[in-house]
Amino acid sequence: MIRAITLLLVCQLAGEVLVRSLGVPFPGPVLGMVLLVGGLLVFKTSAPVLEETADTLLRNLSLLFVPAAVGVIQHGAVLKAHGAAIVLALLLSTIATLVVTALVFAAVSRRMAGRSGDEAIHGEDAG
Amino acid sequence: MERMPGESAVVIRLADIWVYLAAEPLLWLTVTLAAYCLADWISARLNRHPLANPVVIAAGLIIGLLVATDTGFATYFEGAQFVHFLLGPAIVALAVPLKRNLAKVRKSLVPIVAALVAGSATAVFSAVGIAWLLGAPADVLASLAPKSVTAPIAMGLAETLGGIPTLAAVMVVTTGILGAMIVTPLMNALRIRDYAARGFAVGVASHGIGAARAFQVNELAGTFAGIGMGLNGALTAFLVSVLAAVLV
Repeated sequence: MIRAITLLLVCQLAGEVLVRSLGVPFPGPVLGMVLLVGGLLVFKTSAPVLEETADTLLRNLSLLFVPAAVGVIQHGAVLKAHGAAIVLALLLSTIATLVVTALVFAAVSRRMAGRSGDEAIHGEDAG
Repeated sequence: MERMPGESAVVIRLADIWVYLAAEPLLWLTVTLAAYCLADWISARLNRHPLANPVVIAAGLIIGLLVATDTGFATYFEGAQFVHFLLGPAIVALAVPLKRNLAKVRKSLVPIVAALVAGSATAVFSAVGIAWLLGAPADVLASLAPKSVTAPIAMGLAETLGGIPTLAAVMVVTTGILGAMIVTPLMNALRIRDYAARGFAVGVASHGIGAARAFQVNELAGTFAGIGMGLNGALTAFLVSVLAAVLV
């Protein structure tokens, strides 16, 4: 498990260092993820320890957001002044984003499945 | 003042213990994990109902405790930072389900790219546009722009734009919670049954909290949510830097 955590940290560190040395506005951890996928493909390794650690971390993603959520207590003043605007903007924007993303995804994959004559990939034929 | 000697000793000892606990990260780290365990148990007991979101329950419990003990956020965060820090490695860890489902992802590459561009732009511009129409000031708008990407990325982007990183983190969490609560009924209403589309949408709109919800529902949905979260982190970083170049 320690090896798996070390590997995750090494990838994140490499991502952060690369992004900063290249001066590109790209999130370091995301580049770290790309590096790890690349590494796993190149070396064709299947490390059960890494899988277990990653899965445990991802199963408990909610936990990792708890400290940031508690941070709401720091912003009482801003939220009192603009809370309604913020909540309305977040709510409407989240609905819009969900609808647009899902509809575009479903429409494009349906069109592609129709064009290639493939069977529907993700079980859309179920309905 | 007549007090039993034993009683005052107990009071003093309790005070000493509190002084120790208040100065060490141990207490609030433990509280964070315990609150999450309790919240996760409650959520499971309620059959993972979308409204019984573990982040809301856990944060509510902790805020109650902070208020009751008159503890400031800085003290709390000295303990909680170890949990917060793991957000970065968790993004890297998305490589594992991504590699596992690479064949499915490759097949859906075109819908992924199309939906990502549409969704990412919708997230940034609709939030900033609506809040601007409602009269929110510039630093609030800057903190709002990256609200659909995971916390560490959004905090960095908000800073670039002249926003408030910790406020951005609150926007991020709120967006995540809203998306996780809305996604299931909304997708059912839209009659979208494709778990890849449902997962990807909630990952793009609501990052890790959305992905956590997707993993609860279906493994394929969770994987696509993870991909959506990772890709949207990258694209939003690009969109926001364009926005910064235009505005600043």
